[in-house]
Amino acid sequence: MEKRVVFRHAWLPYLLLLPQLAITLIFFIWPASQALYQSVLRQDPFGLRTSFVGLENFARLLRDPLYLDSFQVTIVFSIAVTALSMGLALLLAIMADRVIKGATSYKTLLIWPYAVAPAVAGVLWWFIFNPTIGILSYGLSLVGYDWNHALDGGDALTLVIIASAWKQISYNFLFFLAGLQAIPKSLIEAAAIDGAGPGRRFWTIIFPLLSPTTFFLLVVNVVYAFFDTFGVIHATTNGGPGQATTILVYKVFSDGFIGLNLGSSAAQSVVLMLIVIALTVVQFRYVERRVQY
Amino acid sequence: MAEIGFSQVKKRYGGTQVIHGIDMQISDGEFIVIVGPSGCGKSTLLRMVAGLEAISEGEISIGGQVVNDLEPKDRNIALVFQNYALYPHMSVYDNMAYGLKIAKLSRPEIEERVQQAAKMLELAHLLERKPRQLSGGQRQRVAMGRAIVRDPGTFLFDEPLSNLDAKLRVQMRLEIKQLQRSLGTTSLYVTHDQVEAMTLADRLIVMNAGVAEQIDTPMAIYDRPASRFVAGFIGSPAMNFLAGRVGEGGRELRLEQGMPLRSGSLNLGNLAGQPVTVGVRPEHLQVVAEEDAEMHLQVRLVETLGADSLAHGHLVPAEEQPNGTPEDILTLRLPGVARIAEGDRLPLRAAEESLHLFDRESGWRLADV
Repeated sequence: MEKRVVFRHAWLPYLLLLPQLAITLIFFIWPASQALYQSVLRQDPFGLRTSFVGLENFARLLRDPLYLDSFQVTIVFSIAVTALSMGLALLLAIMADRVIKGATSYKTLLIWPYAVAPAVAGVLWWFIFNPTIGILSYGLSLVGYDWNHALDGGDALTLVIIASAWKQISYNFLFFLAGLQAIPKSLIEAAAIDGAGPGRRFWTIIFPLLSPTTFFLLVVNVVYAFFDTFGVIHATTNGGPGQATTILVYKVFSDGFIGLNLGSSAAQSVVLMLIVIALTVVQFRYVERRVQY
Repeated sequence: MAEIGFSQVKKRYGGTQVIHGIDMQISDGEFIVIVGPSGCGKSTLLRMVAGLEAISEGEISIGGQVVNDLEPKDRNIALVFQNYALYPHMSVYDNMAYGLKIAKLSRPEIEERVQQAAKMLELAHLLERKPRQLSGGQRQRVAMGRAIVRDPGTFLFDEPLSNLDAKLRVQMRLEIKQLQRSLGTTSLYVTHDQVEAMTLADRLIVMNAGVAEQIDTPMAIYDRPASRFVAGFIGSPAMNFLAGRVGEGGRELRLEQGMPLRSGSLNLGNLAGQPVTVGVRPEHLQVVAEEDAEMHLQVRLVETLGADSLAHGHLVPAEEQPNGTPEDILTLRLPGVARIAEGDRLPLRAAEESLHLFDRESGWRLADV
């Protein structure tokens, strides 16, 4: 049923929308258009002169092996973060859904990591994996693996993946748990009477019914992996060693604010924006079709 | 095909006992209805048969085999849920075929069984639909179809009609009865609706607070209710209950309001002087001539239903007790459209053999007069 509110004055609805519109304008539309504008400019090293270069910034990016390498890192990183955080969250949600005694305390504890700032999460794992004082690197050395994320690109990438996924698990867990609890118990019971074992019940009943949640989380997690993991990387590896953990959004930052190549940085952020738009469109067009609402 | 046996079946949740020892034998092909008010444990009992609730104490056997430790799927049962529990992401066909696929039946056999059940339930044209595209009655049929295709030894129904509107409920009730007749499958049916209970059951279990107060045929329960609770629960409108007392020597029965009932001919020696609850069904009260009256009804409200009329009011105290308070409420049922008006004072007499005496403390049946 649709409920229409009738305002007494025509200007009132606009006034009520104004704060949100102002925020969107100042923090999204304005910087985004600045980025668009910057992406077709180039500045001299001292920032004294700015000249229009057309699409030259973009052409350079495509020729830059470091940029293409960063693409590859981003793909590996975002797939790993999304799969790891969603997989583990689903597993935890299923187990928490079964718990009867002390369910609330389990849930509270599982939700806690979400309250931790990305940079803090990064530093936390950085300490745990620290080659000299970290407990896990010590454990790994006992089984013969010499962990060093300061030198080994693979180790560094693993570290930021774990830290980023760990932080996102809470969020995914919360949604998966809500999704699981929305599935009527009688459906599971009906399937049990129909002869389906626990595994079969999960894959033929529970998982399809969770698909709207899973799809939503997929979109959110991909966006998270692309953008919100900046803090984790900046606090732990600074994109290194070499380029091993420089994902696209980190490269935007380091080229723009460390390298002061504002034109290239702006061009990268435009590319990044296009990628995320494209990804979201693809997800909604193709993945959503398989979602059972 | 399956007989079901209950032997001292009990259920406890933590310290609270919700089912207090059920004993019963159900023979093959019987239609048993478990009826009782909300929270009486009837659904719990059914779910224990289905294997969805653990049995705290006692034994349930199906087809001669004790099933206490068997998984639901190994009990050869099918359960129709109150909310139907159809798989929302599957078509009607897949809903019905789900159990058969798991049982690893061949594709042609699944097809045949589903088509046959669909034909029986008039679902053949709906097989490709999703449950959300169906009406309540159609969903109900799909739920039945899912039970039928598996050809189980026992059907269990958990208030299957309570989500339907009144008209559809009557129709589905008939269909369930016919279906059970033609399939001859042992059925256990839970409901809180006493009309469903009376019409469907070969035998009824009337439950109250975890106790099976009476297990018998619907008519036996109607004619000889074992307790005041059963008497009040079965029959609509509900039985009237009046406070009474058996006279010294057991020769007479008197209402506490003063009126003598059935004087002279009684033989209730063992109950002499005992306070009782006298139960009489509204349809067993007759309007008689003034001199034959045993009691009088002061009419407050008349409900005309067409086929019959209900007069609600209270018992008029006997004249020799002018201080008696009119606290005993009374309902009278008369066939057809009765010429009664609010404010009338009707002389009444209870039909022969229609007074039920219950212990006023425990509520258990004492005698019929």
